[in-house]
Amino acid sequence: MNKTQQFNQLLNLADNALIIGHRCSEWCGHGPVLEQDIAISNIALDYIGQARNFYQAAATLINEDPEMLTGFVLPATEDSLAYLRDQREFRNHLITELPNGDWAVTTLRIFLFSAYQYFLYTQLKDSGDLSVNAIAEKALKEVTYHVKWSADWVIRLGDGTEESNRRIRHAVDHLWAYTGELFLQESELQQQWLQKVQLVFEEAGLVIPEKTWMHQGGTSGNHTEHLGFILAEMQFLQRAYPGSQW
Amino acid sequence: MHQSPDNDIRNILQSVYDPEIPVLSVVDMGIIRKLSRSADEVVVHITPTYTGCPAMDVISTQIRMALLAAGFPSVKIVQELSPAWTTDWISEEGKQKLKAYGIAPPIGKAIDSVWLEDLKVPCPQCNSTNTVLVSQFGSTACKALFKCLDCKEPFDYFKCH
Repeated sequence: MNKTQQFNQLLNLADNALIIGHRCSEWCGHGPVLEQDIAISNIALDYIGQARNFYQAAATLINEDPEMLTGFVLPATEDSLAYLRDQREFRNHLITELPNGDWAVTTLRIFLFSAYQYFLYTQLKDSGDLSVNAIAEKALKEVTYHVKWSADWVIRLGDGTEESNRRIRHAVDHLWAYTGELFLQESELQQQWLQKVQLVFEEAGLVIPEKTWMHQGGTSGNHTEHLGFILAEMQFLQRAYPGSQW
Repeated sequence: MHQSPDNDIRNILQSVYDPEIPVLSVVDMGIIRKLSRSADEVVVHITPTYTGCPAMDVISTQIRMALLAAGFPSVKIVQELSPAWTTDWISEEGKQKLKAYGIAPPIGKAIDSVWLEDLKVPCPQCNSTNTVLVSQFGSTACKALFKCLDCKEPFDYFKCH
C-alpha cells in the first residue's frame, strides 16, 4: 500500500468512527430508558475515541509529507481534520451518516456497522501498518461489546411484539441498500460479515433481503444530503471562532 | 513493589487516582507502561484503558502536576496503544480496593467467550452470586450494571477486556 492509499484508509476509518459516533451521541439524554441512554452514549464515546486515534495517525502522515498530501490546514491535527474539512472531503461510508430514525433503525445500523468493524479490525490488527494495527487491536475489544449489545436489540425487536417486528423489518428494508458500499469487492470480510448477520437475523426471525441495487459514493466524497447538516452543527464553533477551546 | 531506581516516581504515582474510580491509583490500574528519566526530564509512558476514555486527559494532567509538584523540572507523558491495556493488568491489591469501593472486580482473564449474561458475578456488598445483568454498559463504558437478587442492591461490574 502506498502512502496515499494508507492515508485514504486512515481517513475512511476515522471519518466512519466520527460520524457514527456523532449519530450515537444524538441519543444522549433521549434514550428510551436510562440504561440504554447510558449504553449508547458510551458507545458514542468509544467511536469518537477511535476517530481521535485514526485522525492523529492521519495528521502525522500529512505533516511528514505535506507536499504529497496537499490541501490540508497545516500543521494537521486531529481537530483540523475533524473540524476544518468540507463534506466532499469526508470519506465515511454513507451508512454512518444516515439519520438515527427510530430505535430499530438506530440499533440495526450499529449492528450492521459494528459487525463490519469487528471483522475489519480483526484483519487490521495483524496488518503491516503499525499505526493502524495498534488502534485496531485496542478498538476491537470495545467493538466486541458494541456487536453484542446491538445484536441483542435486533433479536429482541425482531422476536418481540408485532409493532417491534414491523419496525425492525422496516429498518432492514431501509438500511440494507447501504451495506453494499462496505464491500466494494467480494472478499472474505464480506463472507464473515454476512455469516454473522445471517446468524443474528435467524434468531430475530428476519430475512436477509434479495440482492438489490446498492448506494455508494461516501468513500469518494459523494455523500447523502445528511452529512452537510451533521457537519454544520459539529463544525460551527470552530468555523465561527477559529481555534477556540472549551 | 520491588525496589527500583524509579521507586520515588512510582510512589508519587501511587497518589494519582483515576477520577472515575477514586480508590484506584494509576499504578493499581496498570496504565503506567514505562518510566524513563534523564537529568532534567521524566518521561512517563501510559496506555489508555479505553480508546474514548475521557478520564485519560485528566489522568495525564494529574500525573504531570504530581511530578512537577514533587520537584521534577520537566515531565513528558507519552501515550502508547500497543500492546492494548487489559483488565489483567489491574493489580491484585487494586481488585480488592475496587471491591471494597463497591465495584465488582473483573472475573477471569481478559475478554474471552464468556458473555456477561453467563457470568456469576459476586455482589460486592453481600458476596451472593445470585445476581443478574441489568445493562452491558454501566456508569462508564468500562463497567456493566448488575443487581443482586439477595440484598437487592444494584452494583457496577468492571468488565473484562
